[in-house]
Amino acid sequence: MLHIFCPHCGELRSEEEFHASGQAHIPRPLDPNTCTDEEWGDYMFFRDNPRGLHHELWDHVAGCRQYFNATRDTVTYEILETYKIGTKPQFTGKTETTKVVTGLGEKV
Amino acid sequence: MTAANVYPQRPTTGAKAESPLHHADLASLVGKGRKNAGVTVRDKKLLGHLTIRGDGHDPAFAAGVHKALGLELPVALTVVAKGETSLQWMGPDEWLLIVPTGEEFAAEKKLREALGALHISIVNVSGGQQLLELSGPKVREVLMKSTSYDVHPNNFPVGKAVGTVFAKSQLVIRHTAEDTWELVIRRSFADYWWLWLQDAAAEYGLSVQA
Repeated sequence: MLHIFCPHCGELRSEEEFHASGQAHIPRPLDPNTCTDEEWGDYMFFRDNPRGLHHELWDHVAGCRQYFNATRDTVTYEILETYKIGTKPQFTGKTETTKVVTGLGEKV
Repeated sequence: MTAANVYPQRPTTGAKAESPLHHADLASLVGKGRKNAGVTVRDKKLLGHLTIRGDGHDPAFAAGVHKALGLELPVALTVVAKGETSLQWMGPDEWLLIVPTGEEFAAEKKLREALGALHISIVNVSGGQQLLELSGPKVREVLMKSTSYDVHPNNFPVGKAVGTVFAKSQLVIRHTAEDTWELVIRRSFADYWWLWLQDAAAEYGLSVQA
């Protein structure tokens, strides 16, 4: 059983209190009407599946019921950090693919 | 001041109100348990529960809540109380106010007045949840059986309150006095918790208090 640090509660909690909600930092296009079908499809359905560091969205469902982000190593399952939504991660790996997209919301 | 429809939600016409544990008929079990029972349960029923949401970092919000209730806005994982009124941190922008039966309408009006035009929400959730008070020397043993959260006094001092997993569901545990703990339970889970507590507390002796 993992212990995960909830940045809102400020303490380590048992993994069973949490729910993983997939990849983090996916900005919603500011104007969906101007997206091509491909751009919209990428936003809706396509997610990274890295071997290594991955930034994920987690939900402390049984505690404060807030979402936060976590940086997790998908090979070792080590959670390097958790941080509040709207802040930047300290750990960024080389395995990440950085997409250059314009016209996206800021707070992701 | 506010466009919210604020009205007394508790009937004053003498309409029948039942605790979620009405069917268990706790009143008939008073005094029937083992003498020197390790765990005593009390159904603190039909209290006024209000969910307050707002910006905890805004001094105006904290001041408004203090003005209306006379209680400081509690920080993460704590509950503060004055008499029968308690205010608990539920999340970074959410607090739970519990007031004695019938006082929730006055409390809501006072809060709305004090918070004025701030971006807030106050919702009466009295019908959706209730308080179960557990007291006695063996309560901690029962909690240790039920939750993965560390309930040792070093980690869970009096005045702390956490939402966590409990048995096969979730609830809020509040440590209100040395041997006294409160559970905030969902109405629809009341029967499950009652059955669970009877089973978990059987070996220590369970008594019911009116």
